[in-house]
Amino acid sequence: MEEKTGAQILVDSLVQEGVEVVFGYPGGVLLGIFDVLYDTDMRFVLTRHEQGAAHAADGYARSTGKVGVCIATSGPGATNLVTGIATAYMDSVPLVAITGQVPTEMIGGDAFQEADIVGITRPVTKHSYLVQDVCDLPRVVKEAFYIASTGRPGPVLIDMPKDVAACKTASSKLDSAEIKGYKPTLKGNPKQIERAARVIEKASRPVIYAGGGVIISGAGEEIKKLAESQDIPVTMTLLGLGSYPGDGPLSLGMLGMHGTYYANMAVSESDLLIAVGARFDDRVTGNIEEFAPDATVVHIDIDPSAISKNVQVDYPIVGDVKTVLKELNQKINGPDQLRKRSRRNWLEQIDTWKSEHPLYYEPSDKVIKPQFVVEKIHEVTKGEAIICTEVGQNQMWAAQFYRFQKPRRFLSSGGLGTMGYGFPAAIGAQLGNPGALVFDVAGDGSFQMNVQELATAVQNALPVNVAILNNRFLGMVRQWQELFYDRRYSNTCLAVEPDFKSLAEAYGARGFLVTDPADVEEVIKEAVNTPGPCIMDFRVDREENVFPMVPAGESIRNMILGPQKKKTKKKSLKSVK
Amino acid sequence: MKHTISVLVENKFGVLSRVAGLFSGRGYNIESLSVAPTMDTSMSVMTIVTHGDERVIEQVTKQLNKLIDVIKVMEMKEKDYIDREMMLVRVSAEREKRDEILRIANVFKARVVDVAAKSITLEVTGTDDKIDAVLRILRPLGIRELVRSGKVAMLRAEPRA
Repeated sequence: MEEKTGAQILVDSLVQEGVEVVFGYPGGVLLGIFDVLYDTDMRFVLTRHEQGAAHAADGYARSTGKVGVCIATSGPGATNLVTGIATAYMDSVPLVAITGQVPTEMIGGDAFQEADIVGITRPVTKHSYLVQDVCDLPRVVKEAFYIASTGRPGPVLIDMPKDVAACKTASSKLDSAEIKGYKPTLKGNPKQIERAARVIEKASRPVIYAGGGVIISGAGEEIKKLAESQDIPVTMTLLGLGSYPGDGPLSLGMLGMHGTYYANMAVSESDLLIAVGARFDDRVTGNIEEFAPDATVVHIDIDPSAISKNVQVDYPIVGDVKTVLKELNQKINGPDQLRKRSRRNWLEQIDTWKSEHPLYYEPSDKVIKPQFVVEKIHEVTKGEAIICTEVGQNQMWAAQFYRFQKPRRFLSSGGLGTMGYGFPAAIGAQLGNPGALVFDVAGDGSFQMNVQELATAVQNALPVNVAILNNRFLGMVRQWQELFYDRRYSNTCLAVEPDFKSLAEAYGARGFLVTDPADVEEVIKEAVNTPGPCIMDFRVDREENVFPMVPAGESIRNMILGPQKKKTKKKSLKSVK
Repeated sequence: MKHTISVLVENKFGVLSRVAGLFSGRGYNIESLSVAPTMDTSMSVMTIVTHGDERVIEQVTKQLNKLIDVIKVMEMKEKDYIDREMMLVRVSAEREKRDEILRIANVFKARVVDVAAKSITLEVTGTDDKIDAVLRILRPLGIRELVRSGKVAMLRAEPRA
């Protein structure tokens, strides 16, 4: 058999796994691997910072459902990936991160650019490998992709010492991975599903609480069927947005700290909570003791450790969300006459909540309202764009006001809350979806955390659009200071900032400065029609707040509602049947 | 409450740090840990003694199961398992105390493994209760040094009724 170097085997294995694009940055110990990459057809995207590579691979993965791949050199290159890996870990994103390592015999000797990256990333990876023998390499790559993409997905790290990349061996192709200690449960326990079906039939005030797992599992259709055949309203977590259409008749929008009034009320008053691919995160539950106090809880999740971690679950079902829901939908009968009536009352009650306190902001024709920008993006893109966000107010406004109709259209760092995620994620999403409209809804603070990736976007002629909701504040922290710290704005005012329009132009992108609400729509249209990257600097109302808001540690019933709509138009939540 | 968990793992690079890191990262306690290869040297068994309420132990077990290198996790329920620990203990042994130490060793079936001018070192094997009892009795005589192996445990071939 033909002998190949470790570098060649690595790259061949990536091709065999169907990898279309790798994001990364070269370095000393990676020279051998990059030399092989020079000759392949696989696309390589050179980011300007390793963190950008990790987030771009993450954005590619979330928007396509495929495994994202990034590569960085030993030492600082590898440590620069850590935030990106941790971001992917918290949000269950399939990622394979490859790092170079100093030669095997130098490991442990504090060599130049040496870091124990396997040790550093251990708590934020699903699994990791230090390749010590080139013969193990085909198996390691096979296992890494298998582990990253199955079960509850997550990042896997492969650390490749320089000598292993150079070493030659007769490589063999592997067709499947066999791992003794790793067998994800896909099929739910039939008896448990049966029990859940019975309890759902009997519920009078049920709510579906859909999380990121619904999107990962591709179970949008099944959720829709469960909701609409049973008249059950659906609320979604930040990462679950798009699992049921935001404009759908039974949508309650997002729940939790910045969730809608009606979603939080519905969950609080429900007698049955059907949690699907969600993990009862503290941003969702608020005070855990007072979360859905009257509800029986059904929890479907592929990760057994997510069940009864934060909330005691009555009907746990471990399995793949799509597989379990399919079976559940088959076993479930429609509610009887009595329940039908109580469910009609329930939906009417929710309608009342909806008309009492809809999502709202005070419109203005003098100053740009950040929510208005998001609404205009929704309008111009007809709700079809892939929206990435940074973290903070921009993230919440995007979640609240861009009513996501489909899965894999909202990419946001929910668990780790990583500022600087959105822009490189948008680059990755655009590469994975060349025809799609891609936006990064950004804050002026967050955008500057990975602004260097402008060069990547320009070099690859990617038509990503960045809408900076520029309030010259670290807005979310400022909001907390306003509400809970007596308006003492300690270090949240970004007094000095670049002129983002000129900055964009300096990189060779298009820049826009927008100060008048009347220009917002025109500029968004202009950006959408521009073939390359566009940066829109929207100077928004500086002290606008995100409402509703549940103060940290309070029950989600206790919302600060903010400005209220004067006249309420009745918008009806109709029963489908 | 104390719990004994037996974990069958792949004998792979870094597996101990993965298990130990899981405990420290999630704020669980390890009271003792012993690890060595099984008959099949590609696998090891770790016996971990930890404490926490039922919910904590349930999470510990689930989190351990999530580790790729972990093949099997068994919580050792009371009476259904046998366990042993070994201790080496060095006791001050002036001439007039030697007989007493040897008598104690005899009662507890401890072996003398090292004798010096002013000390005797005993090897004691048994359940942790027995080892604690030996220590209680030896303490007044003056313990100079001691090392315990941590518990090893195995399920009974047939569970007790």
